[in-house]
Amino acid sequence: MATTTAKPAAIEDGGRRAVLTQEDRRALLRYMLLMRATEERALALYRQGKVPGSYYDGRGQEAISVGSAFVLGPRDRTCILHRDLGAHLIRGVRPGRVLAQMMGRAGGVTGGKDGNMHFGDTELGCVGMVSMLPDMALVTCGLALSFQMRKEPRVAMTWFGEGSTANGQWHEAMNVAGVRKLPAVFILENNQFAYSTPNEREFAVDPVKRAEVYGFPGVKVDGNDVEAVFYAAAEACERARSGGGPTLIECETMRMHGHGAHDDMRYVPKELFDVWAERDPIDRYERKLADDGIDVEQITASAKEEIERETEWALSQPMPEGPEALSGVFATSEPRLGDGNAPWSFWKEAANG
Amino acid sequence: MAEMTYLSAISDGLREEMRHDESVFCMGEDIGAFGGAFKVTDGFIEEFGADRVWDTPLAENAIIGTAVGAAVEGLRPVCEMQFADFISCGFDQLVNVAAKMHYRQGLAVPMVVRLPSGGGFSGGPYHSQNPEAWFLQAPGLKVVAPSTADDAKGLLASAIRDPNPVVYLEHKHLYRRVKGEVPEGRYEVPLGRVRVAREGTDLTVISYGAMVGIALEATQDIDGASVEVIDLRSLVPLDTEGILRSVRKTSKVVVLHEATRSCGVGAEVCALIAQEAFEDLDGPVVRVTAPDVPIPFSPPLERAVLPQVDDVKEACRELLAY
Ligand SMILES: Cc1ncc(C[n+]2csc(CCOP(=O)(O)OP(=O)(O)O)c2C)c(N)n1
Repeated sequence: MATTTAKPAAIEDGGRRAVLTQEDRRALLRYMLLMRATEERALALYRQGKVPGSYYDGRGQEAISVGSAFVLGPRDRTCILHRDLGAHLIRGVRPGRVLAQMMGRAGGVTGGKDGNMHFGDTELGCVGMVSMLPDMALVTCGLALSFQMRKEPRVAMTWFGEGSTANGQWHEAMNVAGVRKLPAVFILENNQFAYSTPNEREFAVDPVKRAEVYGFPGVKVDGNDVEAVFYAAAEACERARSGGGPTLIECETMRMHGHGAHDDMRYVPKELFDVWAERDPIDRYERKLADDGIDVEQITASAKEEIERETEWALSQPMPEGPEALSGVFATSEPRLGDGNAPWSFWKEAANG
Repeated sequence: MAEMTYLSAISDGLREEMRHDESVFCMGEDIGAFGGAFKVTDGFIEEFGADRVWDTPLAENAIIGTAVGAAVEGLRPVCEMQFADFISCGFDQLVNVAAKMHYRQGLAVPMVVRLPSGGGFSGGPYHSQNPEAWFLQAPGLKVVAPSTADDAKGLLASAIRDPNPVVYLEHKHLYRRVKGEVPEGRYEVPLGRVRVAREGTDLTVISYGAMVGIALEATQDIDGASVEVIDLRSLVPLDTEGILRSVRKTSKVVVLHEATRSCGVGAEVCALIAQEAFEDLDGPVVRVTAPDVPIPFSPPLERAVLPQVDDVKEACRELLAY
């Protein structure tokens, strides 16, 4: 098992070097800020009674979905889970559509058919999660299988918490990915707790070690360091594209709030929050970029402004009409997954030849 | 036309679709070099290669979940459950992932899960089940159950070309017992249309799968009565018009299936008739089914559970005399 920490070493990907330009680094910060602002706004809407059902988010874990999804190309595919809003945003979903989704509005990604984080914009190459964890790990294997069978240098990426790694379907997915050497990248977010259950009651063996027994590399990174996550994901994607098979990346982090908005976190020792608050991925990255002479305040202000606009848009969306509930059970045409956004400058260069 | 067994008709249909459409591939346990537990894919790996005839690990959720991912990305997987019973181990992927995908996010999932189902050969409680009713409670799945060789091929083709997840029940007892003329080349039998297996005017027996043959045998001569036999072929979508047309003609109905009784397909058909054709009836709608027990192993016990020709005869006689 290889263990990687922040590794700004160049990585070859399709003959190009995986390096982050200053423009990329600004984008990484912007996506993390957008993720947090969207989720803070959604939580406020939940407290105002505008978000029905329950509320879950990934505040404090922004570096993971942002750092990893940033690596993906337009034709790569994703199955994004419940604390990974950053990946949706990077693929190109507008924050307003996410807020509308949370509120069960017609303008939400599922048009009110499904709630909270159970969505994926198929136009952007995302297959939306189902609540059963981690079922999407197997769907990810299937996406990767289709790339492999068609000999296309594409990658399927999915995310899940460490709690998911106890479920049999996770093991089925790792085994299938290992046996067939599928071009899949599995991002494991170890945020210390599965709902209220701490690591020591979840597993006897660190899940990242299991990658090796399934026949592929497992890598552990600091999940609160967006660039460390990025470089680990870039290396994994390069391996997948060149026929080297899957990678499991464990990102160590901490869930900085309850499992959902209803959870008072009585089971979490307070000192743990204090320790992890010091490592907040956004604060850390802001300091780092400011030290490098990047105008962080301008990025923060523009993200804030964007969320204001998007919230207004979401609130202006109507609720769906009742009869809509009866439509769409069966398909009458072929599936269509579109291409996603790929903000990393690497892909822009690739597009320009 | 060539005479084929039900089993070779399924093989033939699958092979034709794979030859015609590169995106069709099959996956399942021991379907490669061994040709499948029942030999449906015998010779496939030689013709299509190990990629398109994927001998999977023993992991039913993996088979179905991986198929979902491949299907949404444009392939057309045909999964084999070694025995229908093992669908329970892949149930979550089928009912929560595959079935709801289109409703939740408008994404079609064109895949087929083949289930060798049914009893009659001392398979015991884990190799004899008829689990079709489980799927009727999972909106988004289509469910078909052929009873003849030409339907087996044509319905499989329709299932493969359909943009939805289709559960295809192939009855093990029919594999080598049922033979018939099967058209060459590709053709479809549309989903959602009953087949009138025999025309009649005095009573209708409604059935599907292996029980269609039992219905025909039991009613070929019941005191000179003219008995119509309807083969549902497709349980979802259900041809309600086809059912009601026959009920209105004969006014007496026996619903027959091999699966257990409570909340089964028969219950659904009975409820439909009670609501839509009450005034056309000349007697109670009668069900002949397995009782609500697991399928036992020992031959006399199994015979006592699965509907027999005499059970059907008796039910028909009573209803004709009503
Ligand atoms: C199969 C399954 N069982 C139970 C649940 C209910 N549930 C939702 S999230 C969760 C905890 C998940 O923990 P983890 O995978 O570590 O992710 P985290 O929520 O910590 O990000 C549970 C038990 C579920 N979604 N799926």
